Amino acid sequence: MFSILRKIVKTGHLTEKLPTHDRAVAQLSTTCQTEIMRVFGKSLSIRMVDAGSCNGCELEMNALNNSFYDIERFGIHFVASPRHADLLLVTGPVSRHMQAALKRTYDAMPAPKLVIAMGDCGADGGEFGVSYASCGAVANVIPVDAVIRGCPPTPVQLLQGILELLQRF
Amino acid sequence: MNTHEKNLGQLAAPDIDSIPDLLAQAGIPTQELPDLKGSARCFLIDAGLWGSVAAMMAKNSMRWCAVWGEHCLPEIYVTAAFAARNGHLLFRAIVADDQGELPSQTPFFPAANRPERYLQEMFGIRFTNHPDPRRWMRHQAWNENQYPLRKDFPRAGTPLEETPPDSDYPFIPAEGQGVYEIPVGPVHAGIIESGHFRFQAMGEDILSLEEHLGYVHKGIEKCAEGRDVEGLARLAARVSGDSTVGHAWAACQACEYAVGITIPQRALVIRAILAESERIANHLGDIGACCNDVGFTFAQIQFSRLRELWQRQNAAVFGHRLLMDVVVPGGVSRDILAAQESLLRKGIETLHRELETLLPLLYENPSLQDRLRTTGVLSPAKARERGVLGYIARASGESWDLRRDAPYTPYQRKAITVPCYTEGDCRRRVQVRGDEILVSLNLLVTLLSDLPSGEVVKTLPPVTRDCSGVGFIEGWRGEIIVYVHLEAGGRVARYFPRDPSWLNWPGLEEMIGGVIVPDFPVCNKSVNGSYSGHDL
Ligand code: SF4
Repeated sequence: MFSILRKIVKTGHLTEKLPTHDRAVAQLSTTCQTEIMRVFGKSLSIRMVDAGSCNGCELEMNALNNSFYDIERFGIHFVASPRHADLLLVTGPVSRHMQAALKRTYDAMPAPKLVIAMGDCGADGGEFGVSYASCGAVANVIPVDAVIRGCPPTPVQLLQGILELLQRF
Repeated sequence: MNTHEKNLGQLAAPDIDSIPDLLAQAGIPTQELPDLKGSARCFLIDAGLWGSVAAMMAKNSMRWCAVWGEHCLPEIYVTAAFAARNGHLLFRAIVADDQGELPSQTPFFPAANRPERYLQEMFGIRFTNHPDPRRWMRHQAWNENQYPLRKDFPRAGTPLEETPPDSDYPFIPAEGQGVYEIPVGPVHAGIIESGHFRFQAMGEDILSLEEHLGYVHKGIEKCAEGRDVEGLARLAARVSGDSTVGHAWAACQACEYAVGITIPQRALVIRAILAESERIANHLGDIGACCNDVGFTFAQIQFSRLRELWQRQNAAVFGHRLLMDVVVPGGVSRDILAAQESLLRKGIETLHRELETLLPLLYENPSLQDRLRTTGVLSPAKARERGVLGYIARASGESWDLRRDAPYTPYQRKAITVPCYTEGDCRRRVQVRGDEILVSLNLLVTLLSDLPSGEVVKTLPPVTRDCSGVGFIEGWRGEIIVYVHLEAGGRVARYFPRDPSWLNWPGLEEMIGGVIVPDFPVCNKSVNGSYSGHDL
């Protein structure tokens, strides 16, 4: 037990300010909470759906929860049910086998709702494109409000993309 | 228990060079095929003997690895791979593309069950004596008379505007008083990939689990056809994002075998550095996540911190946090310069130091161990029967590892310790990961010291005639197998990647009987199959 506590104390506080060399992003960090407050009332709940990704995008989305990014400090949480979600974050090209599930998840969300297509796959189908098995871009299946490119986008790019979308409202 | 008792599977398998004699003794006529390039030996056999060969392989303790097809009008070439103690063996049979039929290998190797069903629905080959007639990968996006991997099936297919949900997959029902069913997925509660699990439970206990995968099938193999080798490498890097190095290396290795080019030594050592880095990053993430699933958040916080630092180091040294697109045909796209080398060395040292405190903290924490011990047991017998790979096999008495058993450059003459335990529970699957990180860290130090000077990439010669190759790489999840066929002109005619998840997913079903419902997440995480790598 003591060794665990010792390690916790030694590790200290790691959460980083968003990169300050980029003034626009630094500003985003401060405006972010106000935006969430204004648009969704205190917090933003995200439901993610892998619609056919390679799992690279999920790895970086998961990284947002580590101590360095600690996305919850902005009042942003990932939630288990679409019924609790304000924002749908979709990865991958939409496989035809996931088309119905993605639509149902979208329909289950209460309005107002936002959709972000994450990664090059979500943006335009990426390396997989459109085929007998893939519908390609997320926008081919449900309405999309913003696209965050990258393969996969880094956690900072992802955060930045979410905050930029909020600022548009 | 000594290592010999622990590693019965691999040690019981025969030497690869004894196989031709064994085949001859069994009266199976074969013809060695020289045109499938690579480290494996390949034999053409009569289609009618497909089952007998499997029976003979099973009798001789060979391991079943993969089966794939290729449509070469008007025939379909079917190739199956088996592992001997120190290398691989391929058998090929040729059947007609209409009404093609083969005796199933599943009665001798349960591992062949899903791969054969997949082959059936992608090519239309019928497997006689197959114990399970149900479809596997196909949901509702194409119908049962369409075979997407045949050459006459257009890449665009003929899909409906809206593909209906797959709501009538015939799950095996459990019966009895008090038995209830829990459907989970395809959309899961957390940040994970999509797939469906069907539990039959009674009270808290799970009686059985049945997986229904294929949700993220996006047509990777079809998508590869017609690409050049660079395009193929980019696609291979995205078969399973967490195994981007492993899959890209296996695909490039297959291409390089096919065209007969030896790539620069420095490039091969850098590929191994990338592969070990990938292994470390994934194991770090998994150890934290497994502990988190039993409520030990401390480990999650610590290991996700270490993983993040490791990913940042990846970005600093190789320009990508997950190392995508660094492995390219003919070598690697980034060299390691002196400054980056010292960065890497520092990172290795730091991680080593951190793990010296952290790993014992986990192993010696009674409440954590109590939750992991005896949870999700995969017995050595089941592990062997299912042919599971990587850390799952090593936690259940089977320590296959190509880096040691059938080493490819630069792993020859490297002392590679392969951890092996027999309990087969979540605790051992976590511990194998911990052990492997330490082995990889030591390997990284050796690889960096051995880094030869010179070029890091060589241009592939123009492809003047049809050629094909098979690559074998020990990915972080286990053995990856890739078949590539290039046409004259250099376009891909066929690409088949066999991710270890094909064999590991059934292992999860086997370990779940008797586990309580709330422990499913930790069992699933301890296996961590790739949905994408399986669904293709
Ligand atoms: S954008 Fe890249 S990382 Fe994300 S799912 Fe597509 S291939 Fe994978």
